[in-house]
Amino acid sequence: METEAGKINQSQAETDETISDKERWASIVGGSAMVLMGLQQRSLRGILTAIAGGGLAYHGATADKSLQDKVVDATGINKAIRVEKTVTIDKSAEELYNYWHNFENLPNFMKHVKSVQVLDMRRSHWVANAPLGQTIEWDADIINDQPNQLIAWASEEGAQVDNSGFVRFSPAPSDRGTEVKVVMEYNVPGGMVTAAIAKLFGEEPEQQIGDELRRFKQLMETGEIATTEGQSRGQ
Amino acid sequence: MMPGDIIGHEFVGEIVETGREVKTLKKGDRVVVSSMISCGQCRYCKHQEWSLCDNSNPKGALQEPLFGFSTSGIYGYSHLFGGYAGAQAEYVRIPYADYGAIKIPEGLTDEQALPISDAFPTGLMGADLCNIKRGDIVAVWGCGPVGQFTIRSAYMLGAERVIAIDRVPERLKMAREQSGADTINYEEVGAGEALKEMTGGRGPDACIDAVGLEAHGMGFMGAYDEVKQAVKLSIDRPYVIRQMILACRKGGTLSIMGVYAGFLDKMPMGAAFSKGLTLKMGQMFGQKYIPMLLDRAVKGEIDPSYVFTHQMPLDQAKQAYETFKHKKDNCIKVVLKP
Repeated sequence: METEAGKINQSQAETDETISDKERWASIVGGSAMVLMGLQQRSLRGILTAIAGGGLAYHGATADKSLQDKVVDATGINKAIRVEKTVTIDKSAEELYNYWHNFENLPNFMKHVKSVQVLDMRRSHWVANAPLGQTIEWDADIINDQPNQLIAWASEEGAQVDNSGFVRFSPAPSDRGTEVKVVMEYNVPGGMVTAAIAKLFGEEPEQQIGDELRRFKQLMETGEIATTEGQSRGQ
Repeated sequence: MMPGDIIGHEFVGEIVETGREVKTLKKGDRVVVSSMISCGQCRYCKHQEWSLCDNSNPKGALQEPLFGFSTSGIYGYSHLFGGYAGAQAEYVRIPYADYGAIKIPEGLTDEQALPISDAFPTGLMGADLCNIKRGDIVAVWGCGPVGQFTIRSAYMLGAERVIAIDRVPERLKMAREQSGADTINYEEVGAGEALKEMTGGRGPDACIDAVGLEAHGMGFMGAYDEVKQAVKLSIDRPYVIRQMILACRKGGTLSIMGVYAGFLDKMPMGAAFSKGLTLKMGQMFGQKYIPMLLDRAVKGEIDPSYVFTHQMPLDQAKQAYETFKHKKDNCIKVVLKP
């Protein structure tokens, strides 16, 4: 995959060679800095799949990526929506990991996700609400799973919305709970305009993932999500 | 605020129904409810910083860009604080009721327990933030209900003397008679000079702002702006803080309980910095202080009902606000009864 990237951008390839995937993996799992800043122009998916050990077949991903990079370079269109958000939750990493790991729980705090069906240890089927009452569906694979530390996933090839990401659970200092970091990347599928994706995943993806993490925290710490829906009003 | 919003964040009542998860309360319990809506289970709540709750504001995303982080919800208040329906109604929903609603001990009347919902713990926190030591002289700006309880609390926490500043004679009189404060009517004498003279030229050890400002659009109806109305500082907003910075002794503490919502203009930061002042402030930590205040009230050490000058039925709320706003009939605080 490095070779493909190298064809596009020589200096990028040099950088890639100096940082091994192992080191990159270590920085994703244990680093405290902004993950996305560290990625620079590289695709999150590319790194996640690379560090997954090559056991999974994602040959197409980087090639497509490179093609897309070419288009992006030529047109200046932003190729991907990337978000990174962290929240500290006053619960153990184990408790949080276990809840999240059952993907069927995720619609409880991810409003745009209608349902997730776990197909087997690795695969899951996602249904999300799209504008005009439509839904959009895709299959995703867990591409890395470190108990109580990290879950990384990526949509399977050919998904309508190419997306990948990870959630990381790491102990906060002293008795401050667990830091939960989510990093996600959506790639614009062929023919679909960025605006449509934005509508699907929220006008402000950064805020949407923030809202989701806020609700996840509420659910984990208090067992409920704060709301004023349905409350009484004056005339 | 929006049309149809129900206001009011200081209340007592009787439990008529409980949600599935409520464990400590049952139908028929008489309770006083903290004006702050707090989950009781986040790190802030566990550390008794109830108004800093991480989880209770469903509109936290609105607050974050303005404040950097979201705070707790508040009953009947700006939508920035969740837009929860307030208490000037027959019924009110109490989220996280096990933490927010505290049973009223036998022997206390509604009027005695009511200020323990908001005004009294606000005053107590204002005094508590001053870390009062033996011999300390505390100056309190504003003698509305919160100011009255601030004065009382400063004495409770060991202040040598409390000097109260206002312009409304009946409020100053209440501060003298109910709490034994020395008073300054700032329309008759310059408050800064008077404070210096009354403290042996040293200046007060702590200055408490019980005036503040209520944001536009929240209406003049919150409990806090009863305080604001007391000294007519709604035009001269940062006046109290400016004056406190200058009046306070070097190394002293400013405690700000009057509500600030937006931005302040022309703060004398040079003076505050050079004098090594400590600034403390915040919405009150109701659930931290309410049990102690109820305990003192039931023992007869305090009777918070003295701040009520008027009682009116809930359906005359509009007239009640008129009476209060224009300080007709020496109105200091109204209790509304459904």
